[in-house]
Amino acid sequence: MDLLKKNLLKEVSGLESLPKGAYNIRIDGKKYARQDSANIEIRTKNDKDGIDIIIKSSAQNESVHIPVILTENGLKDMVYNDFFIEDNAVVTIVAGCGIHNCDSTSEHNGIHTFYIGKNAKVKYIEKHYGEGDNMGKRILNPVTNVFIKENGQLEINTTQIKGVDETERITYAKLEDNATLIINEKVLTNNNQNAKTIFKVDLDGKNSSVKVTSRSVAENQSKQTFKSEINGNNLCFGHVECDAIIKDNARVQSTPEITANHIDANLVHEAAIGKIAGEQIIKLQTLGLSEQEAEEAIIAGFLK
Amino acid sequence: MIELKNITLIKNDKKILNNINLQIDDNLTTIITGPNGSGKSTLMKLIMGIEQPTSGEIIFNGQNITNYSISERANLGISFAMQQPVKFKGITVKDLLKLSLRENASNEKICDALSSVGLCPKNYLDREVGSSLSGGELKRVEIASVILRKSNLVIFDEPEAGIDIWSFNRLINLFNDLNKRLGCSVVIVSHQEKIINIADKILVLNAGQVEEYGDKEVVLPLLNKTNVTQKKCKRR
Repeated sequence: MDLLKKNLLKEVSGLESLPKGAYNIRIDGKKYARQDSANIEIRTKNDKDGIDIIIKSSAQNESVHIPVILTENGLKDMVYNDFFIEDNAVVTIVAGCGIHNCDSTSEHNGIHTFYIGKNAKVKYIEKHYGEGDNMGKRILNPVTNVFIKENGQLEINTTQIKGVDETERITYAKLEDNATLIINEKVLTNNNQNAKTIFKVDLDGKNSSVKVTSRSVAENQSKQTFKSEINGNNLCFGHVECDAIIKDNARVQSTPEITANHIDANLVHEAAIGKIAGEQIIKLQTLGLSEQEAEEAIIAGFLK
Repeated sequence: MIELKNITLIKNDKKILNNINLQIDDNLTTIITGPNGSGKSTLMKLIMGIEQPTSGEIIFNGQNITNYSISERANLGISFAMQQPVKFKGITVKDLLKLSLRENASNEKICDALSSVGLCPKNYLDREVGSSLSGGELKRVEIASVILRKSNLVIFDEPEAGIDIWSFNRLINLFNDLNKRLGCSVVIVSHQEKIINIADKILVLNAGQVEEYGDKEVVLPLLNKTNVTQKKCKRR
């Protein structure tokens, strides 16, 4: 692997070498490296491009890395990854996509589907990153489908801080009794970038719950759209919090849609969009930071 | 030493501060008191550079800082604890205190500062400086962020506001010899008798003007005897 790819891999997954345990590294639309572990098996799909990741019940506090790297100019990559997490498994999945391109557009579309068994606990970490000479666009469109059985838990942490010109993130989830879904999203857009996020969650199970927290910063002429649709179909709890800092000539739109189809559904949507509060900058200036340093510290904290 | 010369501040055709002349000596604790709306907080914001005077000069250790920015004044060693602490999203107590210490940041110093304001470090370091803290806790973090800094002049704007009685007593102990421990001048805006009692000097502001300023032994009896501000109203 050359230095450029190594750097991209480190950016999106934190890996500096091949990890211990299970992994599947995809580079420029092809499998680069793969390893199973005793409790995690990765199989190539027969009907389409992608993999099945089978995480057995015996997997307890294990991790699996499945990063994707694109360095070939003009490549349009489409991959289907299905995660079958058996009952009682406890696992962390580290995904992420890094693109480096020059003069033509590169695009990665990842369709991930999670089948989470009873009592299983899953943490999914995904980071998107782009770099290049800005002549060609870098496009990432992740689709995430989630099906959580009784008492299952999924925490999704997604970060897109740098270099992605266009993204449309669609997440759909269906929760059974006592299932829990936590989504934390961090987005920073600048220049003419465009980021769109759509969440749709069906809280079908009794005592199911979802908590979505989105924090974003829009700079320059960039545009962001955040849409959440939560359907409370049982005794359930849903909370969506969307906070955005807007700068320059950027535009941020947040659309809440919460629907209670059950008398005991408890759904909340909070959204706040605005520039950095003047008092926050003043406070940090009183500690000796310049106005620019104060802004940077506030944004770094906000997106941490 | 900080010196205010002929400081006047006019806002919306109203004189908020009217020809203030004042000298705050080194290494003393000066308490600024007076009725609500008398200009106490505004005067402190003016020293920190948060407000700009309409006319007059501010001299700090011989340097005219009237046109200096907030950051420049902070880097000269002026520190300011706000009356209403600012909330942040994502910035933890540890992050804020690290920013306060900057290149001198160490866990030991941060923990000491939190302990000195009555907050157990292990319970607070990773808490967000926001809605997860009560008003009193935020206030104590604000005070910790200021006492950590290497300062020549530290200003506290109503530090007792929002603090419960138990923490208040600890606060009095903290302020009692703070000027000596930090080796700097301490200015506290307060209405609280217990805080006023720790003063070396007391300044009474009324309607944007200095009404009394002098040693505690001279001014405190006036405050205790009759309300100096009422006296002035009667004179008018």
